[in-house]
Amino acid sequence: MAAVTSLGETPITAQARVPRGMQSRRRRRLNVFRYVVFTLFGLFFILPPLAMLRFSLEGAKLGTWSVTAWRQIASYQGSGIPPLLSAIEISLELAVITCAVTLVLLVPTMIWIRLRVQWISRTFEFLCLLPLTIPAIVLVVGLGPIYNKIQHFSLSALMLFWVYVILALPYAYRALAAGLGAIDVTTLSEAARSLGASWLSVMTRVIVPNMRQAILNALLLTTALVLGEFTIAYLLLYNNLQAELYSISRNTPNAGVLFSTATAALLFAFVLLLILSFAGRRRRGRG
Amino acid sequence: MTSPLTRTQDTAARTAVEVRMEGLSRHYGPVVALDRLDLTLQPGELVALLGPSGCGKTTTLRLLAGLEDADAGGITVGGKDITRLPASKRDMGMVFQAYSLFPHMTVRQNVAFGLRLRRVAGAQRDKRAMDMLELVGLSSQADRYPNQISGGQQQRVALARALAIEPQVLLLDEPLSALDAKVRAQLRDQIRRIQLEVGITTLFVTHDQEEALAIADRVGVMREGRLDQLATPTEVYSRPATSFVAEFVGLTNRLPGTVSGATVTVRGRDLPLVDLATPPGPVTALVRPEAVTLASDSSGESGPLTGTVIASTFLGATSRVTVDLGDTTILAQLATSDATALPAGSRVTLTIRPDPVLVSADSAPEAEE
Repeated sequence: MAAVTSLGETPITAQARVPRGMQSRRRRRLNVFRYVVFTLFGLFFILPPLAMLRFSLEGAKLGTWSVTAWRQIASYQGSGIPPLLSAIEISLELAVITCAVTLVLLVPTMIWIRLRVQWISRTFEFLCLLPLTIPAIVLVVGLGPIYNKIQHFSLSALMLFWVYVILALPYAYRALAAGLGAIDVTTLSEAARSLGASWLSVMTRVIVPNMRQAILNALLLTTALVLGEFTIAYLLLYNNLQAELYSISRNTPNAGVLFSTATAALLFAFVLLLILSFAGRRRRGRG
Repeated sequence: MTSPLTRTQDTAARTAVEVRMEGLSRHYGPVVALDRLDLTLQPGELVALLGPSGCGKTTTLRLLAGLEDADAGGITVGGKDITRLPASKRDMGMVFQAYSLFPHMTVRQNVAFGLRLRRVAGAQRDKRAMDMLELVGLSSQADRYPNQISGGQQQRVALARALAIEPQVLLLDEPLSALDAKVRAQLRDQIRRIQLEVGITTLFVTHDQEEALAIADRVGVMREGRLDQLATPTEVYSRPATSFVAEFVGLTNRLPGTVSGATVTVRGRDLPLVDLATPPGPVTALVRPEAVTLASDSSGESGPLTGTVIASTFLGATSRVTVDLGDTTILAQLATSDATALPAGSRVTLTIRPDPVLVSADSAPEAEE
């Protein structure tokens, strides 16, 4: 009997130990793999900006350090309102307008589709993702005549927001769709309706507060897109931040200025997105 | 000092109303979800709608809540026609099957949400919310968020939220189905206690027969968009109106028999009929397992009411014993102490208690759930 018990117990203990050992080895290997991948991708992303920063701080002699290129960002601009400052202002305003219009268009529409007309959700998704498949140059060719008319009336570069809203649609849509998918929109809205909420209250008081993170993600993506957009603004002859940076690179004899301004723009965008991100992560609202 | 319960009772009992649904129909394309349903809830009554998936019970509740529109028919609450009224204006509290608390609000804010929409002043709103939380025993959880409390607690908060607006009607859409058995039984009793205290007219939808029988004043058994029977739990169980009701509510043995006069003869035993107008001839009699008792048979003789135990299922205080009668099997529900004396392979003699039985014209006798 003792032999039977012993025989019965030994393999169980061994079985229990082997997977645990295998598991920890596998976990260690996975961790190593994770760190390697993280380091490689980190270097891939961080090295070009670092090189750019180093180049912008290059002195007259190779290997020396200087902040001349950074000083020239301002001095290059000449007298009056510096074009770079004006370009930054325009890009920021464009980001705000594009974000606002994109959210105002997308959020209620997506909630409404989810709640009431789910059968058109696929078509809507297709329409929103369509701009991803259209190259910027094609958009410019199509929009050129319209923007020529706008320029004829001497309207500002802020009119670019129309096309930026179209460009931002796929990114904002995906971010918002993920947020909507994470909550039980139907049950929450029915619960609110049964408690006496109008459709507007359902959206503003129940659904939107629960999409906070998704809305923030959509804002971040849209802002990043607007701040980094060059092709359309340049081809339509508007002067936004990126177009101005290009203009600086073409008009200054010191190549370091291009890199100092590019680095400054990158830092500016990074800080802005960081602020937006932290602003959205504060403690949950109190209803 | 008035307790929250008494205050709720005072306000809601005054407004207990009759709910009347007449000729209510609803189609989803070619599928008939509800077929000219007539159902009346008396003031302060709790009616449970019971039935299999797709029988139309949830559709009935959603039409009453205004979450869907009826294709035909009308709904009146307290004599007022609300058929075309939107959900937000129907003054009904609802508890859903899925957890429906607003995740971004605390428990207190959830309960106060309906009052806020009604522009109730802040202090009064908070007081009412706390009263309701006290009613469901969750005042200590007021400042927690839904994801910080258990499923059972969430459903209790949902109940408090539904009652906070002092609705005319309370609608419960399978509120216990996501909970484990113990919490479900506790919350079921709590819902019933609160409903009785508040005295609010309530429609409770469930697919769990035990839940329906335990909680309701009347149970409506639905099939294919129609009510097969609407009666007290005792009547539904002991005098089912149709074979579907008999088979859906509780276990039923289907045994061949012959009707003659007011009785049906099943395996040599005469049993009284529920429906005295049943025409004579061969039928299938529906016999409850608890109407069957077993005794050990040492004689070794065979007969229509002797058989062999082939299985026994332990259910706690009772056990379900399956007996092979040779040509068919029969289920008997016995006290566990009696069932343990009859292990598999035992020869037994059956006795069928002469309760009124329902018969159906179809054959294929067997025990069904």
